[in-house]
Amino acid sequence: MSQAPTSPSPQALEAAAREWPLWEVFVRPKAGLDHKHCGSLHAADAAMAIQLAREVYTRRQEGCSIWVVPSSQITASDPGDKDMYFDPMEDKVYRHPTFYPLPEAVNHM
Amino acid sequence: MTDSTALRAGAAEAAMAGAVLGRAASIAPGATPSVRYVLRLADTCLIHAQRLGEWCGHGPILEEDIALTNLALDLLGQARALLTHAGQLDGQGHDEDQLAFLREERDYLNLTLVEQPMRRSSAHAPGGDFADTVLRNLLLAQWLKQHWRALAGSCDAELAAIAGKALKEARYHVEHAAQWVVRLGDGTPESAARMRAALARIWPYTNEMFIDDEVDACAEANSLGPRRSSMRPAWRAAIGAVLEEATLALPADSAFVSTGSRGVHSEHMGFILAEMQHLQRAYPGGTW
Repeated sequence: MSQAPTSPSPQALEAAAREWPLWEVFVRPKAGLDHKHCGSLHAADAAMAIQLAREVYTRRQEGCSIWVVPSSQITASDPGDKDMYFDPMEDKVYRHPTFYPLPEAVNHM
Repeated sequence: MTDSTALRAGAAEAAMAGAVLGRAASIAPGATPSVRYVLRLADTCLIHAQRLGEWCGHGPILEEDIALTNLALDLLGQARALLTHAGQLDGQGHDEDQLAFLREERDYLNLTLVEQPMRRSSAHAPGGDFADTVLRNLLLAQWLKQHWRALAGSCDAELAAIAGKALKEARYHVEHAAQWVVRLGDGTPESAARMRAALARIWPYTNEMFIDDEVDACAEANSLGPRRSSMRPAWRAAIGAVLEEATLALPADSAFVSTGSRGVHSEHMGFILAEMQHLQRAYPGGTW
């Protein structure tokens, strides 16, 4: 585990408490595709977050559906665990399905 | 120098600059009822867009800044389509730019409500508040939404098409504004006090939205569009519901009737036009 940085000052904590909470925004570009993470924004509640996401992230017709999730509800892997988590996969190319001869008729694999 | 003398000096300077360069003469659209009917709507959208555009770079938060300018762009798009159509109905060959930028003040037929300055601490707009802006957005968006819905059945196919597109935009405008009015009205003591003050300032200007004249009579007789008075009950019901949710009392009606729709404007209109028109007056037909 990485060490937590020095704890924030009481003033910083108070300022943070006055800020609106942060929301992560996911936009579905078109029907049938996945919602993709596209950024974050501050909003007082979920309804405002949806409305502001519409203004900020879909004004150039980027999407047809929006999800917002409170950033505080996302649990992330620890950057300090990156070596342990992801490096062991480096030498296991056989996990890619590239060792099979494909029939002529199959394109785009 | 007080704010208002600075304001006058700025406008005088703008007017003088126009007079010296003076290359674009004013145009005057015809006064047929159908042209005036379309111009009343077009100008209300146009001046409303201009006022909302003043928030650009000054919104309370970045996201809301973008939201207000998005609304302004929707309204500007509606104004452009309507002005183009008014020019065609008028038959004098005026395009949207000429109608937007080259008329005299008395030939603009927007509601007086949209001229009122509402951005806080702007050089052009002493006073005002974000509360005024979102409340005005709500009152106008609901009024426009009812227009677009009714105009979908207009005998004028072009007008019906413009209304069909604008209706989707207005539905969102109502939702956006209503959310803010409820949030602030039913918010902290400070935000509620500001909403009440905004309501008291703005409400008297709503009478004009529902007063008929010969233009309305003609529009109704020719199936061009609804008369204004016909939209009052539905408007009051919709606005009343939002105000109730916002814990705001519907103000008592006043006897004051503003007259922007007939071309007689408040003291603010000249300043808006000076700012809007200066470039096209000085450089006719100028483009990006």
